[in-house]
Amino acid sequence: MTIEIRLDLERPGFHLTVDTEVPGRGVTALFGRSGCGKTTLLRCVAGLERSALGRLVINGETWQDRLRFVPSHQRSVGYVFQEGQLFSHLSVQGNLLYGYRRIPVPERSVQPEDVVRLLGLESLLPRRVTEISGGQRQRVAMGRALLTSPRVLLMDEPLAALDAMSKAEILPYLERLHDELSIPVLYVSHAIDEVIRMADHMLLMEDGAVRAEGALHDLITRGDLPLAHAEGAAAVIEARVSGHDDRHHLTELEFQGARLLVSRDHLLQSARVRVRIMARDVAINLTRPRDSSVLNCVPARVVDVSDDPHPGHVLVRLAVGDATLLSRITRRSLEQLVLQPGTEVYALVKSVAIT
Amino acid sequence: MLHQWISPQDMAALWLTLKLAAVTTVVLLILGTPLALWLARTQSRFKLAVESIVALPLVLPPTVIGFYILILLGSQGPIQALGGPSLAFTFTGLVIGSVVYSLPFVVQPLQNAFAGIGTGALEAAACLRAGPWDRFFTVVIPLSRRGFLTAITLGFAHTVGEFGVVLMIGGNIPSETQVVSIAIYDHVEAVDYASAHVLSGLLLALSFLMLFTLYAINGRIKMVLP
Repeated sequence: MTIEIRLDLERPGFHLTVDTEVPGRGVTALFGRSGCGKTTLLRCVAGLERSALGRLVINGETWQDRLRFVPSHQRSVGYVFQEGQLFSHLSVQGNLLYGYRRIPVPERSVQPEDVVRLLGLESLLPRRVTEISGGQRQRVAMGRALLTSPRVLLMDEPLAALDAMSKAEILPYLERLHDELSIPVLYVSHAIDEVIRMADHMLLMEDGAVRAEGALHDLITRGDLPLAHAEGAAAVIEARVSGHDDRHHLTELEFQGARLLVSRDHLLQSARVRVRIMARDVAINLTRPRDSSVLNCVPARVVDVSDDPHPGHVLVRLAVGDATLLSRITRRSLEQLVLQPGTEVYALVKSVAIT
Repeated sequence: MLHQWISPQDMAALWLTLKLAAVTTVVLLILGTPLALWLARTQSRFKLAVESIVALPLVLPPTVIGFYILILLGSQGPIQALGGPSLAFTFTGLVIGSVVYSLPFVVQPLQNAFAGIGTGALEAAACLRAGPWDRFFTVVIPLSRRGFLTAITLGFAHTVGEFGVVLMIGGNIPSETQVVSIAIYDHVEAVDYASAHVLSGLLLALSFLMLFTLYAINGRIKMVLP
C-alpha cells in the first residue's frame, strides 16, 4: 500500500522534481512555503499537469509512466480545491452527486447518506451554492470529492481561503474524515497547526524538491530541519486517556509509560488522542522537583542538542521511550546543567494541548 | 384577415426571411461554438488575427461583404472553377452570406461566456470523472446559458435585418431570394407606402419582442438544477 511519485516538471523559472514513496494510508501532508511546488505536485497526481514526466503508481494502479498518461477523468482521485470550485449552476445536492452519478454502481463504496451525515450537510441539500458560507462550501467540496469513492483524496489547502471561525467549524469534520475513512489523503498546507492536527506523514518541500520525508512526529522534531527551530516548534505525541481526576478537574493521559495531566476533557477512557507540546513549554531538571507547581514531570534522556536561530537559545531533543520531546532552553542553562547526549533528566511540561 | 394587408409576395418574403434567419443561426451555432471555444482558450499567436477577422463584419459596409462573397460564389468564381455549383442568387448563397455577416454577433457573446467559465470548474469536473464531451454539455453549456441566449437572439435578429449583403448575393428574386428588407425597399421605390408600413411595422414589432424576451430571460435566468 504505497503511493509512488517520481515526477519531473519544467516551467520557466521553476523546476519540480520529486522521487518518493508515501504510505498508501493515512494523511500525508505536503508542507512548505508558497511557491515550493506542493500544489503543482498535487495537480500532477490528479493529471492536471500534462507536461509532467515520470511515473505515478497509486496503491498498485499505474496512472502514469513512460508509455501512459491516464487523463484526469479516468483517475480515481477526489480533488478538493482551495476555492472549492463548486458548480454555480447546480444545487448543493447536484454538486454532491455530480461525480457519484459517474461512478459505476459496483465501485460506489462511499454512499451519499453517509457523506451527508459525516459532513453535516442535511439542511444544505436544496440550497444554491452561492447562498452558503465559505466553510459550508468547503464541506460540500469535500463531500463531492469523497462521493467518487476515490483511491486517493487530494486536498489543496482546503482551509486557506477561510476565516478563523469557518476554519474552527470545519476542522472537526476533517478530523472525522481522517478517523473514519480508509482513503489515503495528500494534504497540501503551509500552516503547521493544521498539519499537526491532521497528518500522520509528511513531505517537507523546498524549491520544487522534497527536502525530507517521514513520520510527522519525527520530521517536526528533527534538529537538522527548519520546523524544530521555528518560533512555534513543538512535538506531537500519541497518547491514551488513562483516567479522570474529577475532584481536580483533570484528565490523565498515558504515553510510553509516562503520565500527563491535562484539563478535564470529555474523552472516553482509553480513547487515543494526539497532543502537542511546544518546545518553549518544556523545562529541564536534573532531579525530580519536589515542590513545583508544574504538574507534569516526565523522566527523559537527552538525544542531542542543536543551535537555535537565537544565539542565546539551544534546542534539546529528549527521548521518552520511543517518543520525542523538544525543549528550548538558554545556552547558559545548557552549560550549567552540563547536558550531553545520554544524560538522564526530567522534562517539566508546563502546558499540553490536545489537538 | 392578414391577407388583406399583405400580398402573397410579401408573405413569401417574410417566410423566406424567417427561414433564412433560422438556418443561419443554426449554422452559426454549429460553426461558432467550436470557434468561440478555441478563441476563449487558445494562447496561439493567430488568436488576434482570427479575432479581427471575426469582427470584420461589424465595421465593413455590407455591400463590401456581399461583393466579395458574390465574387466567390458567382460564375467564374473559385468555387465554380473547382467544379462546384453556382451559388449566387440561390438560398444557399444567402445562407453563406448571412453566416459571414452575422458571425461576430454569435461568436463574441459565446467567446465571452466561455472565457468567463475559467479552467477551475472544468478541472473540477474532470476530477469528478467527466470526460471532455461530458464537461462540455454539463458544465460549459449550463454556465454559458446567457451567452448562448444572447448569441441566438442577436444572430437571428441581425440576419433578419440585413439588406446590403442579400441584395448583392441574392439579387431580388421574389419567393426565392427576396427578403423583407428588400421588399420594403421595393415598395418605397414604387411609392406603395401602405405595404412598406405593414412590413416595417411587423419587423419592428418582431425585433422588439425578441430583444425584450432576451432581456427578460437574462434578468432572471438563475434557476438551479437539482
